[in-house]
Amino acid sequence: MLNPDSVGRTFHGAEEVIVTQSHIDAFCAVLSEKDTTVAPPTFSIRITLDQSQEILSNPEIGLDWTRVVHGDQRFEIKRPIVANDSLKCSSTIESYKVTDGNEFVVIRSDLHAADELVVSTWSTLVVRA
Amino acid sequence: MIDVGTVLDEKVFYIDRAMLKSYADASGDQNPIHQNEEIAKAVGLPNVIAHGMLTMALVGKYVTQWAGGSQHVKEFSGRFMKPVVVPADQKVDLTVSGNIVAVEGNQITLELNATSAGIKVFAMSQAVIVK
Repeated sequence: MLNPDSVGRTFHGAEEVIVTQSHIDAFCAVLSEKDTTVAPPTFSIRITLDQSQEILSNPEIGLDWTRVVHGDQRFEIKRPIVANDSLKCSSTIESYKVTDGNEFVVIRSDLHAADELVVSTWSTLVVRA
Repeated sequence: MIDVGTVLDEKVFYIDRAMLKSYADASGDQNPIHQNEEIAKAVGLPNVIAHGMLTMALVGKYVTQWAGGSQHVKEFSGRFMKPVVVPADQKVDLTVSGNIVAVEGNQITLELNATSAGIKVFAMSQAVIVK
């Protein structure tokens, strides 16, 4: 079970993730997207999924990643990600509720390039009973 | 026509195991339930399933194609309703539809839906486009 003290707290990633053109090319190739000058709208999941999992795997938070199912996903894109962006992730547990033993956790992850907010994402994760 | 109520042309994408492998490599999500039939069945799934985020990425492609490029998409959201099941040596459909639900100045809001084999797999989905 999630530690209720974790709700509302923001956890910061330690490292900057540098986006390469080949990352964008590979993502575009799956979608047969010819314009590779900007990343497709869901590209940031490549960074936030890993980063938020790393940031929120701290045992004191108590989130069991092995039983997680993805419920909802939302992106707010301030500008498209481009090659050579150096992005830092911070993740906040925005809300938490338990219904019929299933835990519903909303995680917001923000990606910043220096002080500029580039993308905010919200993932609703369901930890099955 | 960019008016509230306009229905966009439906588009069918095809998903196969090769696409799941390339999406796994492109996204970094190497969860074996998206590639290994034995493991998928061992955790109670009918077969290998597509990454939910691949489904969403394809719906995103539908949006960017209509919008004239990824740079026009400001918001994109949705709910994963059911998994897209991908048996070996088959191409399964992802049928995407959309309609315009709001127009305010240069901002257009689309409502989107996706089905696979007739089952609703992605819904409660909206995209905000700025032209």
